[in-house]
Amino acid sequence: MNVTATPSRHEKLARLLLLGLVVGLITAIALLGRGLLPRPERVIELRARMPENGGWLPESLTVETGEQVHLRMTSDDVVHGFAVGQNDMDPVDIYPGRFSEVSLVFNQPGKYTFYCTRWCGANHWRMRGVIEVTGQGEPRRSAGQPPYVVLGLDIDAPHPAEVIPAQEPRASQALELLADLPRSYLSPAYYQAHSPAETWLALRGEPALMDASDEELWDLVAWIWRANTTPEQLQTGEQLYAENCAACHGETGGGDGVFANAPAPGAEDHSGGLTGHGILPPTNFQDISTMLGAKPAVLHGKIVRGGMGTGMPYWGPVFTDEEIWALVAYLYAFHIEE
Amino acid sequence: MSEQSQVKLELTRFKWLKMLLISRWPQLALRAIALVGFILAAAAGLAGTPVGSRNFAIIFVWIIWWALLMLAAVPFFGRGWCSICPIPMPGEWLQNGALLGPAGKGLGLGKAWPKKLRSIWLQNLGFVLLALFSAVVLTQPQLTGVILTAFLFIAIGTSLVFERRAFCRYLCPVGGFIGLYSQTSPLELRVRDTAVCAGHREKTCYTGNSDPQQNDGYTGYGCPWGVFPGGLVKNTNCGLCMECLRTCPHDNLVLQLRPFGADLHEARGRKLDEAYKAFIMLGAALVYSLVLLGPWGMVKMAAFQVGSLPWFGYAAAFLAFTLALLPAVFFGAVMVGQVWAGSRRAIATANQRRQAFVRFAVALSPLGLAAWIAFSLSFVFANLSYLPPILSDPFGWGWDLFGWANFGWQPYLTNLTPTLQASVLLVGFAWAGRAAYRLAAEDRPPGAPAGKAALPVVLFNFLVTLTLLGLLIG
Repeated sequence: MNVTATPSRHEKLARLLLLGLVVGLITAIALLGRGLLPRPERVIELRARMPENGGWLPESLTVETGEQVHLRMTSDDVVHGFAVGQNDMDPVDIYPGRFSEVSLVFNQPGKYTFYCTRWCGANHWRMRGVIEVTGQGEPRRSAGQPPYVVLGLDIDAPHPAEVIPAQEPRASQALELLADLPRSYLSPAYYQAHSPAETWLALRGEPALMDASDEELWDLVAWIWRANTTPEQLQTGEQLYAENCAACHGETGGGDGVFANAPAPGAEDHSGGLTGHGILPPTNFQDISTMLGAKPAVLHGKIVRGGMGTGMPYWGPVFTDEEIWALVAYLYAFHIEE
Repeated sequence: MSEQSQVKLELTRFKWLKMLLISRWPQLALRAIALVGFILAAAAGLAGTPVGSRNFAIIFVWIIWWALLMLAAVPFFGRGWCSICPIPMPGEWLQNGALLGPAGKGLGLGKAWPKKLRSIWLQNLGFVLLALFSAVVLTQPQLTGVILTAFLFIAIGTSLVFERRAFCRYLCPVGGFIGLYSQTSPLELRVRDTAVCAGHREKTCYTGNSDPQQNDGYTGYGCPWGVFPGGLVKNTNCGLCMECLRTCPHDNLVLQLRPFGADLHEARGRKLDEAYKAFIMLGAALVYSLVLLGPWGMVKMAAFQVGSLPWFGYAAAFLAFTLALLPAVFFGAVMVGQVWAGSRRAIATANQRRQAFVRFAVALSPLGLAAWIAFSLSFVFANLSYLPPILSDPFGWGWDLFGWANFGWQPYLTNLTPTLQASVLLVGFAWAGRAAYRLAAEDRPPGAPAGKAALPVVLFNFLVTLTLLGLLIG
């Protein structure tokens, strides 16, 4: 084939145009790209996946104090939710095939936990991530050692009540005996360190209450427990319980929630696997002996630390201390009435 | 009806159209636009958001391009898409050393494609492999990006080692079925008079013409598809690149309109690899309709969990259904038809049985095309509203180039789609039935009834159509 060695004028023009088009396209992409697009805030794409599919991606984020971070979140599988622990932000739902967006600013350095707020699967509780906030500012105040550590309590030990009432105690029926109740029983420190059953036994030994019946003393215990909370706290506790605890412990506390015995999807031996479910069942809050034998500090510790040989996750970095005490107060409400 | 008696409309008799076809600039412009789309799709797939519905790669390639290909390009233009496909372009430009006509020394070894591989079996294999992973490929932008990029580099590599467009002819998984279904299209490029070709010593349509003096100043390459246009009887391997229009010094090439499906009854060039392509396409349409559109979560999960035990089960079932069960049942139908029609002697040898099988498989082309059109209709209008956001924000990075980034999803023509699908499937069934009857008549004396030989094949087509109607419309 006889071909000319020098490209024609048309050929040169065609090459120039095509090269210009391709280079122009690539340049346009680069200029408009994520890094160079002028934005007042940093954009982070966060993908939500069920823990067995990998959980959050990325699982940890690093931001500066005062930096406005714009999260563009999407789900790879089912509906998830996003919230930052110990923060009053409204949870944001995350749907597959869509972007949910939220802007955050952290003013205090420290570690923040973000977590899924939707029951996305049996391992929902494991769906956590960390936001490390660095830079200037007063560091986040630590909640300090939880009361069970300060008191040296073994929160894994069984705690059956030494005594249980014949009927559920009612705080409102204890009004007549209040005048005889020593003030020491009303302190938060006492409340946290003693179970209702221990308190009843202590009250039984009080000379001022010698004439009170067993039932009246239980009503007095109920009154002490109610005195350490408020209707608002109970409402908060009820809401937190419904959103976070009922899936395993059941709506009525019977330990029979929808995920109580759910094997981890894909777990081969169904003996708990990733979820931990199936090793020990969730605590049955309807069991009066367990509940009246539990010190508030023990319940607080269990919520903070999780574990106990069950699938119970740790909630310490998610709930504020006030929220945990509200939850503890609500748990007693299964047996202690107004 | 013989080919000579068919009514045809020569399009190249319109001078302006012929000029547009011969000039390289309009084609180059279309190719450049396609290349920009391709680069954008590959880049968005590789670097864009993993959210398929917000990524240009997924929406543009698997919804818009696929729908255009199946609903318009293939049925009406045959291999028209191949003439502007961007994938082989960079390789071809390197091979030619030019974007336009022959202008310089190109790169590459120019080796002939191995004889043993001169079939579409590799294309069949490529399509089946892609089909097995389709559930993830169709939804994961990064994988789509990797596949598009891989296609580009394989095409470049093939062009640098082998002569002509070997990638398109023998490797491209998409090109295989476009070629098969292009037989049904109403557009063909043929020679006006084969005697002229026979008398033309230089055969510049095949060897190329770099001498502007020979052809009114026009030059061109020898058929990039390795086809001698003088022998063209079917669309299957004609890429409609228009090179032969540019290189023929006798103005003997014509682009013309013809009745739909004219190639189906061309007995020459029927092959087992093409017959199998028809089964692969039909089987894939059935499996996709069941897996991707059906309500069976377990099957869907199995198709998505690539590498898992359920996925291997899905893959095995896909392969067994497409490559064994469908062909076996069809083979049985063909044999029953031949025996019933008293043509036992016509299927006495293995070769005769194979020929009968290959011949009747031609009837599956209109059925398969209808199946793919119906399947594509099920998602194209439902997902069309994803187009504005991905044009405004192709990478899903939060851009809003045209102000459409937040255009909400809304399905279109939901009431009309089932009717359209049913109509297309019924037309495909009727067309395939008519084709089967005419194919049955091919080895019978003129005027002899062919109904008995065709009926089992029609029954096969009926069951396939019924299944598709059930899966797609419910």
